Amino acid sequence: MTTAQQPEVSLEMAREFGLSEGEYNNALEILGRQPTYTELGIISVMWSEHCSYKSSKKWLMTLPTTGPQVICGPGENAGVVDAGDGDAIIFKMESHNHPSYIEPFQGAATGVGGILRDVFTMGARPIANMNALRFGAPEHPKTRHLVSGVVAGIAHYGNCVGVPTIGGETNFHPAYNGNILVNAMTVGVAKADRIFYSAAAGVGNPVVYVGSKTGRDGIHGATMASAEFSEDSEEKRPTVQVGDPFTEKLLIEACLELMETDAIVAIQDMGAAGLTSSSVEMAGKGGLGIELVLDDVPMREEGMTPYEIMLSESQERMLIILKPGREEVAKAIFDKWELDFAVIGTLTDTGKLVIKMHGQTWCDMPIAPVSNASPLYDRPWEPTPAAAELEDAVRALPADKSLGDILEKIMSCPDQASKRWIWEQYDSLVNGDTRFMSGQADAGVVRLPGQSKGIAVTTDCTPRYCLADPVRGGAQAVAEAYRNLSAVGALPLAVTDNMNFGNPEKPRIMGQFVGAIQGMADACRALDFPVVSGNVSLYNETNGEAILPTPAIGAVGLLPDAMIAVGIAFRNEGDTILLVGEGTGHLGQSLYLREILGREDGPPPPVDLAVERRNGEFVRGLIAEGLVVSSHDIQDGGLLVTVAEMAMAGGVGANLSGLDGADAGTLFGEDQGRYVLAVRPEKAAAVQEKAKAAGVPVSVLGKTNGTALTGRGGEAITIARLKKANEAWLPGYMAAAE
Amino acid sequence: MKAAVIVFPGSNRERDAVAALEAASGTKPHLVWHRDTELPKVDLILVPGGFSYGDYLRSGAMAAHSPIMREVKARADQGVRVLGICNGFQIITEAGLLPGALMRNAKLKFICRTVHLRVENTDSPFTAKYRKGQIVRYPVAHGDGNYWTDAETVKRLDGEGQVAFRYVSDEGDAAPRWNRNDWNPNGSLDNIAGIFNAKRTVLGLMPHPEDAVSAFHGNTDGKPMFDGLVEALS
Repeated sequence: MTTAQQPEVSLEMAREFGLSEGEYNNALEILGRQPTYTELGIISVMWSEHCSYKSSKKWLMTLPTTGPQVICGPGENAGVVDAGDGDAIIFKMESHNHPSYIEPFQGAATGVGGILRDVFTMGARPIANMNALRFGAPEHPKTRHLVSGVVAGIAHYGNCVGVPTIGGETNFHPAYNGNILVNAMTVGVAKADRIFYSAAAGVGNPVVYVGSKTGRDGIHGATMASAEFSEDSEEKRPTVQVGDPFTEKLLIEACLELMETDAIVAIQDMGAAGLTSSSVEMAGKGGLGIELVLDDVPMREEGMTPYEIMLSESQERMLIILKPGREEVAKAIFDKWELDFAVIGTLTDTGKLVIKMHGQTWCDMPIAPVSNASPLYDRPWEPTPAAAELEDAVRALPADKSLGDILEKIMSCPDQASKRWIWEQYDSLVNGDTRFMSGQADAGVVRLPGQSKGIAVTTDCTPRYCLADPVRGGAQAVAEAYRNLSAVGALPLAVTDNMNFGNPEKPRIMGQFVGAIQGMADACRALDFPVVSGNVSLYNETNGEAILPTPAIGAVGLLPDAMIAVGIAFRNEGDTILLVGEGTGHLGQSLYLREILGREDGPPPPVDLAVERRNGEFVRGLIAEGLVVSSHDIQDGGLLVTVAEMAMAGGVGANLSGLDGADAGTLFGEDQGRYVLAVRPEKAAAVQEKAKAAGVPVSVLGKTNGTALTGRGGEAITIARLKKANEAWLPGYMAAAE
Repeated sequence: MKAAVIVFPGSNRERDAVAALEAASGTKPHLVWHRDTELPKVDLILVPGGFSYGDYLRSGAMAAHSPIMREVKARADQGVRVLGICNGFQIITEAGLLPGALMRNAKLKFICRTVHLRVENTDSPFTAKYRKGQIVRYPVAHGDGNYWTDAETVKRLDGEGQVAFRYVSDEGDAAPRWNRNDWNPNGSLDNIAGIFNAKRTVLGLMPHPEDAVSAFHGNTDGKPMFDGLVEALS
């Protein structure tokens, strides 16, 4: 073959690659010369927003990341927390927003693949997946196609690799019309003393490439993810990668098998910016140099240039530093799993990234100066103005609508309607370790393989709150995650954050980011709930229209025995229904306000972190003592929606005598820090005693009874009616003629 | 009872199968890799669920031609019991141990939910612990579970007691056509969920009894299948 000529580098080209003039000049200064074409490509991805966190880092540093339970915080492929008995839980959430909008099936599928690799790279067997999805308005012409493609893509990948998808969340809002969000989370388990990191060590050690072959897919994906969309974004389809979950499954098994030997020094998956990121990060973290011979990279296509090989985002690939002389042991394992294995370079003491191919040198640049010089910005930001409080009159129930009609409307609105159509496409049961999946409890629950110990997982964010008040919204997302874990009885351990925002170069958007981080940091600190991993996705704008600020929180909690976990379903007739916590009837930014009154105003509910903590500890204590039959936190839609969900899940109704004469604020207010519990009637007095002792307000709402919601002075609202309203919307919407 | 579980690249429910077999028999089954050409001496061969070879061709079509399947067929001919679940059902059908084919689900989507099944024939070690006509709940998790065969074969399967399980409503109705009832999750012909070979020594089924064997699963309806096998084959 003939060697492709390297094009001449210029400022104009650097701009096309996403570098600013200042950044380009900086590169010239560091190298003391014009970069080669390959070098320019590498620098541009290293300094892209996606890889460098240049707009967000200053603020991310303010999040609490430590605690006695933290084994490894942000900076590695995923976060690691201690689950006791020598077990570690490794988890992270990551976005694949831009690719999923352009090519929903492959974009979402490879999002799942990427987050799985981040977790098993560190030595963990993945045991659960979750996903947090935000789509545009249902009536937008693209939404149906995007929902269909994203869900099928997640199912395609997650089902094949044999990791159960046990929960998630889905919202619809016009602000996502041009920028959907696909945030995928993986949780894995490893032995705490067998965790693998990415820092390279040992000059002369072999650099090994394993997994799929390299092709021309996904070149400059990281740069795409760092820019706004415009009308021509569809032309970027070739920058979307194609996933192969079968190869991923083999890669998981092969890597975990290799990790049982002592052959590995360091390991990292090839994610965004592929071979560039992985080689530079591994060598950089180890303070070493790395020399790669690209002729030895397994390739799927002929005539690939060094530039293309270094920037390809072909999926299902890993880079491993082996101990000297362990190549044969490792190769035998990858041969068994029929995966490519190639020694493609060595570690050096030069501190440089050197790339050779066809006997020529294509890149010879110092790693540390380029990494360290990756720009950091303190972007100007404006705080979001506070929303005016709602008028008191809004609390009165409308005279022209029955309560049944109101509840039915809320239960069937796109945000609140059952997402069964989505989660039935995910294998939630594979491995036989799933205790609770979507629709059964406030968090998904799996047990650790071969153990009775359980892990609870949740993802949470209420973007409409974040838009109205980013600080409160950020705190609320963390508090809700804490509450969802507490509601199943799990001790909240730690958080992963997936920060989805618009263009940070706009002070208003940057202010949303700064505010959300501030709220999250306050909540994480107050709840001893540190952030151990995360991902930032900025520039979620199309033609200048930004998404709702969406700091999606993923979190894990620990159950000493998965069997103690409690679901939302009412299980018996005659259980006493208790309200834990107090409300003020806060209707600002509530579903009731939007769906019934057609308004999206007011401030979101305040979050009292001391109350969250106290009430969460109280509920966990009751569950640990076996006193709770059913448990559900109060969130979207408020108290009556919460009770309705518990009734629908169990097929047992409720007589709510405690709500006689209640107004809209009481029934539908979204005040935080509250739970609805069902307990056996003979235990109710003891629970109330404990509440008094703990200083937790607990009141009796009524008892479980029959097949309808009754007894609050008005009509009986049957479970059958609510179920129909709740279950019909999404399948009906998806089946509607295109 | 000694059992072997066959593992193909892409199998993913072998752990579930091993756990169910071990819980019922007290003995760890052998895991046999697809490239092996010999099987240990066992009473039961279980072909588990998953996506063998990625199922990029027809589901189970590649695995049916892997080296170990020659040995599985030879053992099946000798009367060793074979249980194929989900992808395993697809594989042993592709391998010719059972008649018919498993096509894409009628609604073209992967589906994971708990379904109701009626036990149609209890004259086999797989189903001896159930009552004939008993309604049981097993989960399904598949994209290609739509059983099809020609009219003559389906008549024979029915007449000779080769239908093991049918999808039914929670009240036990089995209507003739899927699209009138959403209890048939995949559009299978005649609501067929699982079939035997003529001697009822081989069973293939789409639903997962191995994921319904303990209080932890919240469902023990699959346990009698494994208990029955242990009782008959020990």
